[in-house]
Amino acid sequence: MAAPTQGTREFNPEVRGKIRFSDEALQTIEALMKRYPEGKHKSALLPVLHVAQAEADGWLSAEVMDYVAELMKISSIEVFEVASFYSMYNLKPVGKCVLEVCRTSSCWTRGAEDIVDYIGKKLNIREGETTPDGMFTLKTVECLGSCGSAPMLQCGAEYHENLTENRVDALLDRLRTEGKRKSYTDLDFQNTK
Amino acid sequence: MSRKLLLANDHIPGIQSYEVYRSNGGYRSVEKALKTMSPDDVVEEVKKSGLRGRGGAGFPTGMKWSFLAKPEGVPRYLVCNADESEPGTFKDRYLMEHIPHILVEGMITSSFALGANTSYIYIRGEYFYVARIVEKAIAEAYANGWLGKNILGTGFNHDMYVQVGGGAYICGEETALLESLEGKRGNPRIKPPFPAIAGLYGCPTVVNNVETIAAVVPIVNDGGDEYAKIGIGRSTGTKLISASGNINKPGVYEIELGVPVEEFIFSDQYCGGIANGKRMKACVPGGSSVPILPDYLVCKTAAGEDRLMTYESLSDGGFATGSMLGSGGFIVYDENQCIVRNTWNFSRFYHHESCGQCSPCREGTGWMERVLHRLEKGMGNMSDIDLLVEVAKKIEGNTICPLGDAAAWPVAAAVRHFRHEFEHHVLHPDKVKDPKHGHREPIMPVKPQPVTA
Repeated sequence: MAAPTQGTREFNPEVRGKIRFSDEALQTIEALMKRYPEGKHKSALLPVLHVAQAEADGWLSAEVMDYVAELMKISSIEVFEVASFYSMYNLKPVGKCVLEVCRTSSCWTRGAEDIVDYIGKKLNIREGETTPDGMFTLKTVECLGSCGSAPMLQCGAEYHENLTENRVDALLDRLRTEGKRKSYTDLDFQNTK
Repeated sequence: MSRKLLLANDHIPGIQSYEVYRSNGGYRSVEKALKTMSPDDVVEEVKKSGLRGRGGAGFPTGMKWSFLAKPEGVPRYLVCNADESEPGTFKDRYLMEHIPHILVEGMITSSFALGANTSYIYIRGEYFYVARIVEKAIAEAYANGWLGKNILGTGFNHDMYVQVGGGAYICGEETALLESLEGKRGNPRIKPPFPAIAGLYGCPTVVNNVETIAAVVPIVNDGGDEYAKIGIGRSTGTKLISASGNINKPGVYEIELGVPVEEFIFSDQYCGGIANGKRMKACVPGGSSVPILPDYLVCKTAAGEDRLMTYESLSDGGFATGSMLGSGGFIVYDENQCIVRNTWNFSRFYHHESCGQCSPCREGTGWMERVLHRLEKGMGNMSDIDLLVEVAKKIEGNTICPLGDAAAWPVAAAVRHFRHEFEHHVLHPDKVKDPKHGHREPIMPVKPQPVTA
């Protein structure tokens, strides 16, 4: 189950040995590292971690981070210190669709809490929890730059703005029907305004 | 009708694409700069324009550019700050999503002026889909000879890349952004040295906001003098304002600096007044980091003059009775909004986003959040109100980067202008539980923690 975000992390050499990203992902990672001057390929770490997270069921385990370190020829701790700093990297397993509802002022003013409540009741989970079928995780996050079309939520690369209960219903239905994992790196995404 | 420079072609269908953008006068500034001007000429035009950084600080862009060190044999970099995370601000996202080529064009022209052969656009990770749009625009620019080797046969080489972030407000601070761009945690650097001397990979670097770089396009096209004719005094040109909160027409508006605040809020051309026929209670005119203003100081200054949308007018009266233009994140609150609750919301944001490097900010933001939460729940006492002011004072000015100030100012301003509301929460704990006051239990209540002195 959920790994701790701090302190000792479980590391299983057997799991680590079996990790291999798809050729497409490996090519993307190669290309990302070439965007920077000679010897500065560590710069690509943040974008590479997004690719890694999309490859590894939406979260970064100690084993995956170790694998990324090997791919980028940097030390594991360099990967972990970055992964643990930024809020978009999940250090615990998450559902296929992570619903990230903005909770900062403008969204709050326009009913973000009601949306969080509504989703929570509908899916019978609390903030930070995942549905038993592993389909949805509910999170609240800080300002996503959508204050003029509040309230809103992000799911993978998709922005869903001007939310109402009906729109949430439609979105959840769609996501459930598609049944696909949503990643930030997805090329196909349907924003709703 | 206000003149538009950045969003002038926003209404044209397909302006996202290269062909449409180009056929509507796009990339003229690159042609003009590379073929008829020297890099110093471009810097001179930007100086003449009076353009000031649009990210929040309002530092003159031409001056920032002229500080760039130019040692022989060392590469220089231009980095675009597209890590727009200031609550209430969404103008850069709008610009990049709707007219991505104006950013690419501005980046090429600016890089020419600075002698930078490589530039990076650092976009916040949450804007992944926006990064795709900008990357497509860059690819189109490459395909049409605006990027790469020997651009327009002038011998100028330039490569441009997008980097997405990982979700951290602090990376909007320029040195934290550079750390992040180097693949590290976003801990701001101690300045000096400033990035103009030692920035990305220790090389001279200019970091500019998306809107600032886009504004270089009309400045080069029409001349700095022409740009400076718009606006009032040292607030020249146009500014994108992100309007949100309890108004009828939230959205991004390009205004000529100098529009009266009253006109901006109540005219149908802009915000269209307060939603649901309510009264305005307060306004945050420049993103969450700037002091909040009570209704009577929003449209008029303390001296009774009309408040204008300019850097100077919005800060008239200092922090006692004024605020700041900041990033142009304009949030309006109606009479139903609870200021204590909203201040707690902001405090929670800063606590969450503090990088943890400096103890006054790391500890102080959490302390303020806990005190505010206690007050908001009707569990505080009168001394808590002064405690908030004390903590805010001890953060302000005592940190490496301005996040500490940004966390302290809104709290101090809220207590300064709305002390009665804080007192109301202490005196009438039963009343603040009333849902009409805007108070409801979050689905996972945070347990208030004891505060130790």
